[in-house]
Amino acid sequence: MDLITSPLYDAFTPTAISFVLAAIGLNIHFGYAGLLNFGQAAFAAVGAYGMGVAIASFNLPLVVAILVGLVAAVLLALVMGVPTLRLRADYLAIVTIAVAEILRLVFSTTFKEYFRARDGVSGFTGSFRSLNPLPDSMDTFLNFSRNDLWVMLVGWPLVGLILLFVWAIMRSPWGRVVKSIREDEDAVRSLGKNVYSYKMQALILGGVIGAVGGFVGAQGLASVQPDSYNLDFTFIAFTMLILGGAARVMSPVAGAVIFWALLSFLGELLTKLSSGDNPIIPPEFMTPDQVGNIRFAFVGLALMLLMIFRPQGLFGDKKEIALDAR
Amino acid sequence: MPADMDKTDASVGARAGLRGLATEPGVKKPDPILVATNVSRSFGGLKAVDVDHLEVQRGVITALIGPNGAGKTTFFNLLTGFDDADSGDRAFNGKSLNRVSASKVARMGMVRTFQLTKVLSKLTVLENMRLGATGQKGEKFWAGPFAFLWRKEEEANSDRARDLLRRFKLDAKESDFAGSLSGGQRKLLEMARALMVRPELVMLDEPMAGVNPALKQSLLGHVKSLREEGMTVLFVEHDMDMVRDISDWVVVMAQGRIIAEGPPDSIMSDQRVIDAYLGAHHDTDISELDKAALEVEAMAEIDTLKKEGR
Ligand SMILES: Nc1ncnc2c1ncn2[C@@H]1O[C@H](COP(=O)(O)OP(=O)(O)OP(=O)(O)O)[C@@H](O)[C@H]1O
Ligand SMILES: [Mg+2]
Repeated sequence: MDLITSPLYDAFTPTAISFVLAAIGLNIHFGYAGLLNFGQAAFAAVGAYGMGVAIASFNLPLVVAILVGLVAAVLLALVMGVPTLRLRADYLAIVTIAVAEILRLVFSTTFKEYFRARDGVSGFTGSFRSLNPLPDSMDTFLNFSRNDLWVMLVGWPLVGLILLFVWAIMRSPWGRVVKSIREDEDAVRSLGKNVYSYKMQALILGGVIGAVGGFVGAQGLASVQPDSYNLDFTFIAFTMLILGGAARVMSPVAGAVIFWALLSFLGELLTKLSSGDNPIIPPEFMTPDQVGNIRFAFVGLALMLLMIFRPQGLFGDKKEIALDAR
Repeated sequence: MPADMDKTDASVGARAGLRGLATEPGVKKPDPILVATNVSRSFGGLKAVDVDHLEVQRGVITALIGPNGAGKTTFFNLLTGFDDADSGDRAFNGKSLNRVSASKVARMGMVRTFQLTKVLSKLTVLENMRLGATGQKGEKFWAGPFAFLWRKEEEANSDRARDLLRRFKLDAKESDFAGSLSGGQRKLLEMARALMVRPELVMLDEPMAGVNPALKQSLLGHVKSLREEGMTVLFVEHDMDMVRDISDWVVVMAQGRIIAEGPPDSIMSDQRVIDAYLGAHHDTDISELDKAALEVEAMAEIDTLKKEGR
C-alpha cells in the first residue's frame, strides 16, 4: 500500500469505527454535558469483555451477550457517577482515570478463567460471522478481509444511526438542559431541573455508546485484550474529538477519520523517507523502526497548533466549546 | 397604602392582613407562605446569617434591605437550597425545606434570581426562556429524540415566553445569544425566565441593579401586577425609591440578624434602620448631596495644587 491507499484503508477499519464511537460518547460527556470523563476506555472495555466473555465462557447468544455489555456499561457509569456527579467537575475526571486503570488491571490479572489475563478473550466471533452475507470471493476486496468488511458493513451504518440519535436528542429540550448544565449548573437548578439526574443520564448515554464501540472493535480484532484499553485509548478518542471540534454532531467522525488518515499517512511517509539505501532522512535522525512512535509526536504537534490557531476544532463552533478559549 | 388598589386585586386581603401588626422583628403574619426559624450560617468565624424568626406574608411584596455584607444573599441561598444552613428550620407552604435540594425547592414553587446574573450565554434569549418551563415532556430522555412528542408543548412554551419577553422589552432580542445582552438586559431576562417556572413565590436578588430609570418604572408596574395575579414577591434591593414605591412590608437585616420589620413608611423613619443602613441624608435630594460632594472634592483639589506650589 502507498501514501494514498493506506490512509484511506486505516480510516475505515473496524478499529477506526470503535474509536469513532468512543469519541461520539465523549462528545456527549465532554462536548455537550461538560463532563470530564478520562475513562472512556473503561466503557469500551466493559462492552468488549461483557460481550466476549458472555459468548466465549457462557455460550450465550449474540443478542444476550450484547445486552450484557450494555448493562455493564450502565453499571460502570453508575459506579463512576454516583459518588462524583454532585461534586465539582474535577472529581469525575480523577475517578474516571482511576476506575479505568483499576478495571484494566482487573481484566489482566483476575478471574483468569474468564478474562484470560494477557492472552485476552477470544473465540466469540462465530455467531456474528455466521451472519455474514458477503460471498467468499470478496475476501480481498479493497484489501479488507471478508470478516472486516462485514464488521464495517454493520459498523458504519450503526455509527450513522447513533449520530442520528445524538442529533435528535441534542436539539430536544433534553439536550437544552444538558447544554445548559455545561454552562451554569446553578442557573439550571434554580429553574427546577434535577442537574444530578441529567448528568447521570448523559454519562450513561456516552458510556453506552463507548461500549458499542467496544463491541465493534472486538468483533474486528476477534480478541479482547486488556492493554488495548489503556489511557492511550481515551486520549486518542479525546484527540479525535478535539480535532473535529466538540459539541458538533458530526465532528467526532470527521476528527477520527482525519486522525487515522493523518497517522497512517505520516507512518507511510516517514518510512519511505527513512528507508532504502540512501534515505532522505539519515539514520542518525531516525530509523524506520522509530516511525511508529515519531508519528505520534507529529500528531501531538498538529494538535498543539490546532489549539493555538483554531481552538474550537476543525468543524467546531467557537461559541459552543467547553474549553473557554479566547 | 397605594391608591391604585382596586376590587379585583387578589392581594387586597393579604395586604389588609398586614395592617396593625406589631412592627418588631419576627412578628407572626396571618397567612405566611415562608417561615424561617433559628436559621444560621457561619463562614469561618463570621456569622453571615443568624435569623431568629421570619415569616413572609402570602400575596404581598416584601422587601429585604440592609447594608452590603448584611447576609441577604446568603439568606436567599439558605432559603432556596443553594447553601446548607448550620442549623434552623425553613418551611414553604407548611412543608419543610430542610435538606431539600435547590431544584426541588424551585419545583415546589419558590424560584429565585441571582445577584450576579446567571443567563446561559450560549443559548438564545428564547431558549433561555424555554428552559424555564417546568414539567416538559421533551426534557425526558426517552421523549427527547421524538420531536412529535414535545413539539406542541414547545410551541405553547414559546408563546408564553414571547409574552413575557414583550413585557420585559426583550422581544426584539429573542434570537440573539444571551451572552450578547447588556448587564441590565441580563437582569431582565433572568427575571422573565424565573416567571416561566410559574412560581408562587419569586425571590429577586437586586432585580433593578443596572436597569435604566424608565424601564425601572414599567418593571415596578409588572412586579405589582404579579402581586395582583396572586404571586408573592420577596426582593432584595438597595434602591429605596423602589422599596418605598412597591413594597407592602420591609425587613431589615444587618450583620446577619433581622433588626427591624414593618410597613415601608415606619421602617424608613426607624432610627435603628437609619443608623445601620440609610444614613441621616437618605431623604435629601440626591443632587444636593452630589453638589456638596463635588464642592468638597474641588476644594481638596485646589488645596493640593496650592501645596505643590502651582
Ligand atoms: N462563600 C462565602 N465564603 C465566605 N464568606 C462569605 C461567603 N458568602 C458570603 N460571605 C460573607 O457573608 C457575609 C454576607 O454576605 P452576603 O453576600 O449575604 O451579603 P449581602 O447582604 O447580600 O450584601 P450585598 O448587599 O453587598 O449583596 C459577607 O460578610 C460575606 O463576606
Ligand atoms: Mg447580596
